[in-house]
Amino acid sequence: MTATSPAVPAAAPTALPPAHHVGFGHLMLAEWTKIRSVRSTVWTLLLFVVLTVGFTALFTWLTASNWTSGNNAATRDATIAANPVGFILGAGIGLGQLTICVLGVLVITSEYSTGVIRSSLLAVPRRLNMLAAKAVVFALLIVVIAEIIAFTCFFVGSAILHSHVPVAIGDQNVLRAVLGAGLYLAVLGLFALSIGLLIRHTAAGITTVIGAVLVLPILSGLLPGSWGAHINAYLPEQAGSLVYSAHRTSDQLLSAWQGFGVFCLWTAVLLVAGAYLLQRRDA
Amino acid sequence: MIEARDLTKRYGDKTAVDHLSFKVEAGRVTGFLGPNGAGKSTTMRLILGLDRPQEGSATIDGRAYTDLPQPLRTVGALLEAKAMHPGRSAYNHLLFLAQTQGLPRSRVDHVLDLVGLREVARKRTGQYSLGMGQRVGIAVAMLGDPDVLLLDEPVNGLDPEGILWIRNLMKQLAAEGRTIFVSSHLMNEMAVTADHLIVIGRGKLIADCGTQEFIERSSDKYVLVRSPDAARLADLIAAQGGKAEPQPADNGGSGLLRVTDMDAARIGELAAADRVVLHELTPRLASLEEAYMELTADSSEYGAGAAPAALPAGGAAAAGTEPATTASSSTASSTTASSTTASSTTASSTTGQDSQ
Repeated sequence: MTATSPAVPAAAPTALPPAHHVGFGHLMLAEWTKIRSVRSTVWTLLLFVVLTVGFTALFTWLTASNWTSGNNAATRDATIAANPVGFILGAGIGLGQLTICVLGVLVITSEYSTGVIRSSLLAVPRRLNMLAAKAVVFALLIVVIAEIIAFTCFFVGSAILHSHVPVAIGDQNVLRAVLGAGLYLAVLGLFALSIGLLIRHTAAGITTVIGAVLVLPILSGLLPGSWGAHINAYLPEQAGSLVYSAHRTSDQLLSAWQGFGVFCLWTAVLLVAGAYLLQRRDA
Repeated sequence: MIEARDLTKRYGDKTAVDHLSFKVEAGRVTGFLGPNGAGKSTTMRLILGLDRPQEGSATIDGRAYTDLPQPLRTVGALLEAKAMHPGRSAYNHLLFLAQTQGLPRSRVDHVLDLVGLREVARKRTGQYSLGMGQRVGIAVAMLGDPDVLLLDEPVNGLDPEGILWIRNLMKQLAAEGRTIFVSSHLMNEMAVTADHLIVIGRGKLIADCGTQEFIERSSDKYVLVRSPDAARLADLIAAQGGKAEPQPADNGGSGLLRVTDMDAARIGELAAADRVVLHELTPRLASLEEAYMELTADSSEYGAGAAPAALPAGGAAAAGTEPATTASSSTASSTTASSTTASSTTASSTTGQDSQ
């Protein structure tokens, strides 16, 4: 019954190197190939750049052109004058960070929705190694892009605001705030990735992350008394965002780096929980 | 070599794989056969470390899959579901997998040539047909030039040419001394591809034996005899220990007998000795697919204690199979081995192609 079969091309190894130790670098290279080879990464990052830089320019320009005019202008202008770098960076990041949330979730949930996770885990059955390589590569990618964008936003925004509130990169805490913006976004990416790893569904994952970043601070703001303020201060986004603000306000419970530390702790806990479930659950 | 020992996987109340033990030897194509939902895919996922068994273990060349340092260089797998990102090209899918094993890019080109997809490899896989996706899956399985291949329903979605290609590839790879473990729910497909069969139903082992042996035992063998003197012939056959049942007349005329417990040669000799005219003498095998379905349907009654036609199981524990009927049927098959082998092979390969 095989007499009429056509010749099958040889499956022989032509250029297969001898088996050798596969290091973490190989896994990182593979994760980089995964991230760069899908369009959603490129589109989401493009949207991040456009939204963040665009809204920084738009908000600072609107503010500069309405300087000293409009309702409560004096209070607003005073707040900005006290913390110009916080205002500039917050203007763009407030919206741009949502794209990082989406990308962080997608990086892991798209593997589950498409079934690629099975290919990934067959290639790297030591699941924690795969996760570590993915997290490192993704965080590095975001930190590089986000730092570039943070500096771009700062220089664009400070140029627009210059005639009203001059602010330079050498001013106290300004460099820390600009660098902190990139770090905040990278950790936010990992925060989103961890939630994606726990939930494994794109839509539910994105909803949860956006809820944690945007909705929780609003809800906790409604809580009365000092314990409400404490809860609010320790929420991931509220604590983390302190690192890209130059000045402490009088009622601030955490310093910039303390806040960032709290945000890192949130992320670490979620990532460890996700890693535990990745190890335990059937893929 | 793949070895499963007492593998058990439960999802809630449902037991998908139930104390399954078997060995898959190198150098031959081993078919993994069972109806949909029998636990074939789950078993493969357990072997590959994607799912964790509640009990038992599976090893590949003596090691658990998760302990293999460069697993794709030892084991190649094609799982039933297309496990690719529709937005990623086949080239990049293979590239990232190659990178995890420290394999060069040239290896990606090599396997793309092997499956004939080099020209379209840069296109996003979402644009691929089912058959092209299946070919990418084969390329993935062959990427690390593995000694062990697990293929879950590899012919799904392939055209007849693709099916023939896969069959020949599997046979060639087995001839090179590799271990080929291929699942299917189609008996006819396995009959023409596999050298050895592991049959499961409801997560339990039903049979673990050579394909030819399985076909002979699970097939209902009989001989159709047509004669103008059917009544006399029936008596002659009955007198010699055969069983002849008159069949209803068809458009070929009357006088049709269905003879069991006697082979065609003996019937011919009997007829010649008594000068009975024969118009037809045809050895027949009942539909292989039907016999197989009957066999696997029985497996659902294991829990109720019913013993289906048992087959010798190579593994240590053929869960629940009672080798009661084994001895008699094996003597029967050995006496008629040469003639029935030829006819049953022809019959099965013909039906195999018809069903595609």
